[in-house]
Amino acid sequence: MAERYVMSVDQGTNSTRCILFDHRGRLVSVAQREHRQHFPRPGWVEHDAVEIWQNLRRVVPEALSLAGVGTAQVAAIGLANQRETTVLWDRRTGAPLGRAIVWQDTRTAPLVEELLRHPGETFFLERCALPPSTYFSALRIRWLFDHVKGVEQRARDGEVLFGTMESWLLWNLTGGADGGLHLTDATNAGRTMLMNIHTLAWDDELLDFFGVPRPMLPEIRPSAERYGETRALLPGIPLTAALGDQQAALFGQTCFSPGEAKCTYGTGAFLLLNTGGEVVRSRHGLLTTVAYKIGDQPPAYALEGSIAVTGALVQWFRDRLGLISSAPEIETLARTVEDNGGCYIVPAFSGLFAPHWRSDARGVIVGLTSYITKGHLARAVLEATGWQTREVVDAMNADFPVPLPQLKVDGGMTSDNLLMQFVADVLDVPVVRPMVAETVSLGAAYAAGLAAGYWPDLEVLRRNWHRAAQWLPGMDAEQRETEYGDWKRAVERSLGWAGPPHTH
Amino acid sequence: MAGPVQSIERAAAILRLLAGGPRRLGLGEVAASLGLAKGTAHGILRTLQHVDFVEQDAATGKYQLGAALLHLGTSYLDVNELRSRSLNWADALAARSGEAVRLGTPLEGRVLVVHHVFRPDDSFQTLDVGALLPLHASSLGKVLLAFGTATAEPDRAPGLEAYTRHTLADPERLARALAAVREAGWAAEIQEMTMGEAGIAAPIRGHGGLVVGAIGLSGPVERICDGQGRPRPALISLLREAARAISRDLGAARW
Repeated sequence: MAERYVMSVDQGTNSTRCILFDHRGRLVSVAQREHRQHFPRPGWVEHDAVEIWQNLRRVVPEALSLAGVGTAQVAAIGLANQRETTVLWDRRTGAPLGRAIVWQDTRTAPLVEELLRHPGETFFLERCALPPSTYFSALRIRWLFDHVKGVEQRARDGEVLFGTMESWLLWNLTGGADGGLHLTDATNAGRTMLMNIHTLAWDDELLDFFGVPRPMLPEIRPSAERYGETRALLPGIPLTAALGDQQAALFGQTCFSPGEAKCTYGTGAFLLLNTGGEVVRSRHGLLTTVAYKIGDQPPAYALEGSIAVTGALVQWFRDRLGLISSAPEIETLARTVEDNGGCYIVPAFSGLFAPHWRSDARGVIVGLTSYITKGHLARAVLEATGWQTREVVDAMNADFPVPLPQLKVDGGMTSDNLLMQFVADVLDVPVVRPMVAETVSLGAAYAAGLAAGYWPDLEVLRRNWHRAAQWLPGMDAEQRETEYGDWKRAVERSLGWAGPPHTH
Repeated sequence: MAGPVQSIERAAAILRLLAGGPRRLGLGEVAASLGLAKGTAHGILRTLQHVDFVEQDAATGKYQLGAALLHLGTSYLDVNELRSRSLNWADALAARSGEAVRLGTPLEGRVLVVHHVFRPDDSFQTLDVGALLPLHASSLGKVLLAFGTATAEPDRAPGLEAYTRHTLADPERLARALAAVREAGWAAEIQEMTMGEAGIAAPIRGHGGLVVGAIGLSGPVERICDGQGRPRPALISLLREAARAISRDLGAARW
């Protein structure tokens, strides 16, 4: 019998990827296609949902042919997706109503201010566990209703469907206008501000508040469950999983027990901590979110800390300052010196995210003396990622009773040994990198394979996880505390630079 | 301070001469143009040919600039970038082979380990990025020597150190082994550095096919080699596949 594989689709912010995994969770083939980023106005970011669907139609056959695998050998398909990106489309024609509004888009900022004043964040925190922010989809639906003529009425008449990217792709994969399934999963629905965090169902009070008619919403399903079969692209393959990308990475890192955490280092960084069946309300600036829901089992929750700028600071150093010609060279430059020379960079380019949530912060470089070279600046660039991780981990340790025993990491920046050693040093816990760096795709594959019976249980998946590298903490405790103190003073200097702070 | 080295000045003049004209030049033309004895010019041209800075046309015997010279300014590849670009493929190689994977580049007559992926058995292992290995007694080093990425420094003290009785400490045996590596496209090291350990390595090529580093896997000799003491063919093909994939990513079109 021919070997069977699980297909994973990662619909990300920059590209759509299709990856095949084998039984031992090893990557067999990868096909990827980037889509265009549209910036029609400052702060606006849009994607063309049709272009993304077309890209998926290309990468799926490509991944199969690269591996020499036939359709019959695909046991199941799982989806992971950029979260919160919002698309509305016509139920009858399948045509999107304009471009998708991407999670980075800040056009709803005035609405956020308004909601914080009235009804205030408690109203939302009690229901969906999210404070109003430009991230979340409900605000975008409201914005579209208020700014695009006729959309609200058409939605009320049941002509318009809403979805995040997984809903859009699932609907198209299962037949589109010809009987496509309109679904989402709890991890994605949980990022709309419309889902009740306890019941995992659409919340009537929130729907009323935002004026979102129920018929436009997809059905909320578990993250791993047989949804249906593909009718387009590949016929008859079970679709069995959908997760938001960060939750997928948590799943791919096999953080299945309360207290296990992962951090994905990309342009920004996302740290998620599994808190088990407990909905932990953060007092330290973290978000409460659904980690995953497998079939009819109770959901697992997570605390999430997001850092706006990590890899983006290295890109800025490369593209705007021109001090390096490729991102990995930051390590080469940083290694030309022994330490940061007393220099700190706080990359609050558009404010600070977790745990500060200060939109009035702006970037600062402090501790400049005539002694400072570009090597010291390169160190400070890398250290900024380390200290920001430390702040989020501190918040997690304050919100959750079990201190973090180790941090599982993934993402492009994990190739930077100097940085990973620094993260271990400042957290004072081991930092480990798994053998499969593509944890988002792997997580979607794991969830899909689990629901399809390709893998029997979580324990088998856990045994697939192997350590590719480990960094052990080696920094002297006194030095760590002194430097952390310096970092905190640097952060203070970044606050309040852009206009008056609002009370958040 | 010593003055300029005459032979290097002459070599530079020959390179300028070859770069200046539109056509290949014969030995006589080179010697005459620069006012050198034919024997002197021939010695310098042969040395330049040896380091690939000059090529000799097989049919006419005339000389032109070599490919290596053309890549001299553009071949620089940051080791951290090499690691970053190799990450996924090195992981996949470790996962498939079940062995530890390392990437090496030359540094001052030795091999610098620039990337290390643990053997996927979750045993305690220490990251040895930054470690230095001997060129002649490691599979990574043999690849770097064979493809001219590293050069053994001949004036370096007492010659090639013998780590075990299998080490190729004799320069002539090493030269023959390196010729075989060039022929095969991969290198093996069987108990030449440490008894009981073995490794295999293949070249990573950058733009224009220039070898910029080596990728290898290593482990206990009984796992790396078959019953006849030869490296297992399955491991070799996994290794070469990974090396080709990284090379493709780095822009080595033909690999």
